[in-house]
Amino acid sequence: MIRLEKRPQPSRGWVIGGPILAVALTMVAGGVMFALLGSDPVEAMRIIFWDPLFSERFASYSRPQLLVKAGPLILIAVGLSLGFRAGIWNIGAEGQYIVGALFGAAFGLAFYPSESALIFPGMVLAGLLGGVLWAMIPALLKVYARTNEILVSLLLVYVAEAMLASAATGWLRNPEGSGFPGSRNLSRHPGTDNPELIAGTGMHWGVLAAFVAVIAAYVLMQRHVLGYQIRLSGEAPRAARFGGVNPARLVLLCMGISGALAGAAGLFEVSGPAGQITIDFNAGYGFTAIIVAFLGRLNPLGILLAGLLLALTFIGGELAQLMLGLPAPSIQAFQGMLLFFLLAIDVLANYRVKWGREAAA
Amino acid sequence: MKLLPRLLASAALAAGLALPAAAQEDPFTVGFVYVGPIGDYGWTWTHDQGRLAVEEAFGDAVDTVYAETVPEGPDAERVMTQMILNGADMIFTTSFGYGPATNAVAARFPDVYFEHATGYQRDTENVSTYSARFYEGRAVIGHIAGHMTESNIVGYIASYPIPEVIRGINSAFLHAREVNPDVEFRVVWAYTWFDPAVEADAAQALIDAGADVILQHTDSTAPQAAAQEAGGVYTFGQASDMIQFAPEPRISSIIDNWGPYYVRRVGEAMEGTWEQSDTWEGMPEGMVLIGEMTEAIPEEVRASATAIMEAIQAGEYHPFTGPINRQDGTAWLAEGEIADDGTLAGMNFYVEGLTGEIPN
Repeated sequence: MIRLEKRPQPSRGWVIGGPILAVALTMVAGGVMFALLGSDPVEAMRIIFWDPLFSERFASYSRPQLLVKAGPLILIAVGLSLGFRAGIWNIGAEGQYIVGALFGAAFGLAFYPSESALIFPGMVLAGLLGGVLWAMIPALLKVYARTNEILVSLLLVYVAEAMLASAATGWLRNPEGSGFPGSRNLSRHPGTDNPELIAGTGMHWGVLAAFVAVIAAYVLMQRHVLGYQIRLSGEAPRAARFGGVNPARLVLLCMGISGALAGAAGLFEVSGPAGQITIDFNAGYGFTAIIVAFLGRLNPLGILLAGLLLALTFIGGELAQLMLGLPAPSIQAFQGMLLFFLLAIDVLANYRVKWGREAAA
Repeated sequence: MKLLPRLLASAALAAGLALPAAAQEDPFTVGFVYVGPIGDYGWTWTHDQGRLAVEEAFGDAVDTVYAETVPEGPDAERVMTQMILNGADMIFTTSFGYGPATNAVAARFPDVYFEHATGYQRDTENVSTYSARFYEGRAVIGHIAGHMTESNIVGYIASYPIPEVIRGINSAFLHAREVNPDVEFRVVWAYTWFDPAVEADAAQALIDAGADVILQHTDSTAPQAAAQEAGGVYTFGQASDMIQFAPEPRISSIIDNWGPYYVRRVGEAMEGTWEQSDTWEGMPEGMVLIGEMTEAIPEEVRASATAIMEAIQAGEYHPFTGPINRQDGTAWLAEGEIADDGTLAGMNFYVEGLTGEIPN
């Protein structure tokens, strides 16, 4: 019989070796799947993991794209991880992302056609504010009405989607767009654009903000009393209360920070890569970021790597579709395998596998 | 079986070993960007039929590649760029929402030809737009729907409040009202082109509200399945024939037939005679077809519907021929007046008799 015995300390070897083993296992299992679909598995792996980074033909384009794709994921996931560590479950980052984009875009368009350099900073503040406000609804309801923040924040995503549709077809619609939905383009208008900061790197303000957030979260969790309170609340809620942690304050702070970062991610996306408010502006970053947060073990540096890895499988997966004609669902299944193996191997870092019966105490 | 060594090699992969296959006679490569899965048996499936028609027409001279379920926005831009870096000479983007991305990529690659379905933006000379006059087909099935409903409630699953969809609702309603003055339309906005769960819910809600005929402007077969389960409800195939649901609930269909256009445009691009254009073709040109009308439709209705179909195909009848008033009662088209393409292209109002509001 196989038993799992909790390790007193996570195994260092497994913490580092685990992800590498998980990627290797994914390659084997994914390789079987691709082979069954009639593609050369070695070539498929090369295209997914190698070509986006080092191929002569693609890398100069796809390497910057990696940052563009990973930036919002990392920014949102860092915010979510704080709450998750404290046992506060903001599942509605997608909605906060939308509302942040709407607030930011509305602020920028309100001054159209001004090209003042003050507009973009104002848009960033508006985006942060939008995200915070949307996150405060589940937070305040949790604190004052004891509602469940998982349900409220999730359901508010659908409200935000309805607001987005109404903005794209109504109050933010481009008056020169001959009746078609979609706002004016923000990224091609000086003053409201979130440009590439260094040409050819994909680095825009949002990516920069993601890196800053990673560092700030790392410092917060390691050095700041708030980080200590967050960890304590998650690991021992009763002890935290006796230790003087105010749970209501913590809920508002964690929801507020995650909402702010999600809102900022939405603003940077709408003024940069996406360029405008459209009906389908939200592409699921808020939900994918939850996966990124857990994949990175709720650790800021882990989230940075997890975001980049997931972005790599997105971009490499698209290449595999194009070059090998693999169906899109097989790529999604492949990503699913990666998550499955990473989380499964994670068990080995925290538990020892024992064979045989438990020794009599 | 040589699977194992390959898998081991795959697992041990640490460096890019394989070299790109040596290019022989370079075929003309055409890329397709799809908004849904090919297996939707609706919109995307019909575009993929067009892709296959291109392959068949040109054989080895043409290579096609495609990417399915590509979100509209920056992801689409990346997919197109990667297609071009991978050698694509021409790209068809088959959803309205790809407009900004198509034009952004087209500006960076002036030597690549772009064809954007149902769009209106043509910022650079290498972008063309094309669409079909689906509203012509809606006139025929609206006519059938008006005859077939007994509850006088026709359900309509709309996708997004954009001119193309509004045009379809207006056209179907006008022709249902023409044969049935008591008919009412219930419109549900699904805010999706393809989401079987949402579409099934919408269909069920309409059936619960008393609708016994359901029209859809979304791409999946979920409404057909919901109607089949409910029984006594008629539907129409959308984009593809959806013949697997015939003879009931699917009693006819509007079919998008992209193949001839795709073959023509790819041919022009290969010969160097391709020019920027804004194509809007319908039943006369064969871009929109009406699927077989099943026995569930009474013979005289089949005959009258066929007469409308043939009149449109012959160019003798326009579905928007006056007198037509707007929803608020103001006059739009006078007796015998025919709608101009500009108004139709940007249509943002309901015609008289429709209830409810267009969301915005």
